[in-house]
Amino acid sequence: MKILTGNDLKHGHVVWWDGEQWSKFVNSAADVGDRGEAIIAREEGAQRVFAAYVIDGERDADGVRPAHIKERIRALGPTVRPDLTLKPGDPDASNWVI
Amino acid sequence: MYKYDQYDQQMVDTRVAEFRDQVRRRIDGSLTEDQFRPLRLQNGLYLQLHAYMLRVAIPYGTLNSRQMTLLGDIADKYDRGYGHFTTRQNIQYNWVKLEETPDILADLASVEMHAIQTSGNCIRNISSDQYAGAAADEIVDPRPYAELLRQWSSFHPEFLTLPRKFKIAVIASETDRAAMKLHDIGIQMVKNDKGEIGARFFVGGGMGRTPMIGPMIRDLVPLDQLITYSEACLRVYNRYGRRDNKYKARIKILVHELGKEEYTRQVEEEFAHLLTQDIEPPLAELERIKAMFVDPPFEAGANDDLDLSDPDFRLWVERNCADHKAPGYIVATVSLKPVGGIPGDASADQIRLMAQLAKDCSFDELRVTHAQNIVFPHVKKADLYKVWQTLDEAGLGTANLDTVGDIIACPGLDYCSLANARSIPVAQKISERFGSAEKQAEIGELKLKISGCINACGHHHAGHIGILGVDKKGVENYQLLLGGSEGADTSLGQITGPGFDEDGIVAAVETAINVYLRERKNGERFLDTYRRVGMAPFKEALYD
Amino acid sequence: MTDVQFRFRDDEEAGDPAVTVDAFLDQTNATAVRIEPGDDARDLLPYLDRLQLIEVNFPAWTDGRGYSSARVLREAGYVGELRAVGDVVIDMLSHLRRCGFDAFAPEHGLNEADAHAAFQRWDNVYQATGDGRQAIWAKRHG
Repeated sequence: MKILTGNDLKHGHVVWWDGEQWSKFVNSAADVGDRGEAIIAREEGAQRVFAAYVIDGERDADGVRPAHIKERIRALGPTVRPDLTLKPGDPDASNWVI
Repeated sequence: MYKYDQYDQQMVDTRVAEFRDQVRRRIDGSLTEDQFRPLRLQNGLYLQLHAYMLRVAIPYGTLNSRQMTLLGDIADKYDRGYGHFTTRQNIQYNWVKLEETPDILADLASVEMHAIQTSGNCIRNISSDQYAGAAADEIVDPRPYAELLRQWSSFHPEFLTLPRKFKIAVIASETDRAAMKLHDIGIQMVKNDKGEIGARFFVGGGMGRTPMIGPMIRDLVPLDQLITYSEACLRVYNRYGRRDNKYKARIKILVHELGKEEYTRQVEEEFAHLLTQDIEPPLAELERIKAMFVDPPFEAGANDDLDLSDPDFRLWVERNCADHKAPGYIVATVSLKPVGGIPGDASADQIRLMAQLAKDCSFDELRVTHAQNIVFPHVKKADLYKVWQTLDEAGLGTANLDTVGDIIACPGLDYCSLANARSIPVAQKISERFGSAEKQAEIGELKLKISGCINACGHHHAGHIGILGVDKKGVENYQLLLGGSEGADTSLGQITGPGFDEDGIVAAVETAINVYLRERKNGERFLDTYRRVGMAPFKEALYD
Repeated sequence: MTDVQFRFRDDEEAGDPAVTVDAFLDQTNATAVRIEPGDDARDLLPYLDRLQLIEVNFPAWTDGRGYSSARVLREAGYVGELRAVGDVVIDMLSHLRRCGFDAFAPEHGLNEADAHAAFQRWDNVYQATGDGRQAIWAKRHG
């Protein structure tokens, strides 16, 4: 699947396109097919996101898994500070990025 | 240390106002991201992997307790409770918000700090020796010269859109504690036969994709020509540095492609011309700055003995402390590399604790080192035990300066959008593998440096052992380098061979250290043994 | 040719169009020339008293060679109009001015209020650049 990711302009946090708006959670990411660039152009134009781009991902039992390790770390947070990730309570969360 | 006058204060205040306006124009859409990016970079604001990151300048690594306290408060007020001290003596905050950044800069300005030109294609923070003003071996304190250059380089209208970033280091001793020859311009303050101080210029050093050691291009620039000569070096670079390829745009490439002689000739020609243009500040300006760097009031006759009966304290003194030029005093390094910790990170509470200790016990002064540690430059020996105890309780008492536990690591793929691999977990594993004090004492001096990508922010080329993270088909992989050194005997590390995965690189480091322990003679350090026996025994042990 | 949006001179704008450096060096009667980033401004030094207008092109504002070109020309004694053209942006206006530019013809018109604020941003300056402004170090030491 093709998914969109970017950052929130004012706050900077990582966001994923869920089909209607930008979400912090990669598992909400929607498959945009070949409409990615068009969505980005519209959303960046309206300043609802910036630095957005299309990436590959796949849906698996846990949710949405970005294809590249860098994007998986973006989706979770710094693996060396579990308390600062989106899954602070999960001690195995960083295994997911590998 | 330097104190702003009304002019310096106005400059940082003006910069805050300018940036506030630029942020307004970004948020209201009048500036696109492409237009805004170079502007925010010139105020140290990056977009990193998870959020905006702000790099605050700590000029030549020197700051006082009031400033350090504010750095801790910024971590709490605007970030997530910690900061990261960098290999260029700066501090980084990883979670700032764009709309709050002007307020952060305003807070910084209130204590004479800023984030000016800590990124972008301009002259960056000028670094120096972390023992400046305290070391027994310096001929003069290098920092006044660094301050003169800082002001010259700040908002210099001709040099804000260079081909690429530009990094300057200034030292004043034969021992190079600032990796001076690995900078775009490295300056060593020296004395000529008549005892006059001048500046020796090395131009074209650097790390990154094509590491190079800067050649000396001028043996002695007189003090009253320092700015003019620097301007000549920069102008030649601005005019002729490559702009066609981002990876060939540093001055080291220009010096390499022209050759040292031709680059020098062009600089001397420009210099001769610029001498007619009256751009040099009067020597009175240097004297004005120097007057702020005089010795603090050391107590005459302070007790020069230390009670080393506490073995943990003794170990810390032997490892982390260095001779001070004044009897009764000592230079103490605070390690930000606890066993298994994140190199260079400190919590807001730790930052404020160090500020308080510096205020009480180091004449209100601290330094940040390019090895990501903190220095108290002027501790009375009589106070040292109390200082160490306080540090130790706060997790800041690790006795590992310049040992295998004192790892320099960039933030890597956990934080940095440029990275190919994570560096911090590797540092943590190595730190734990060699965590025991006995093991570290057995190994002795070993500078291990890790970079998460070829940009080399971890200075891996200059590590006795260096590790470079790469992306091998989407999987993290690590190359091992041996024999780099950043000192006066600067050398670049050599790759051993094929790379390793995360567990493999930790094992490879252990293998390399075991080869050293087997082969070493007569108190050699790792680096000395490597230079004597060469790569072959290491390669054999690693790959056979 | 883009219009000059800001000009800090009392004389009339030059009438002749600017020619390239190569063309200028071939002609004996051109009075206006345009410098590209890759040109060496010093090629013009023998002809400065003939020139009424020198344009310096910034195809991208991040290519800063034009700043050095400007200073080189002013340092050599050029007193004619020195005009920044191309990707001239608000945030570099004061720096361009300090390097000797006294006319600005941005390819995309700039917001007048923002531009005026930018020109007047810096009450003081750390360096001497030949623009006549007294550097902070000069103010400190009379």
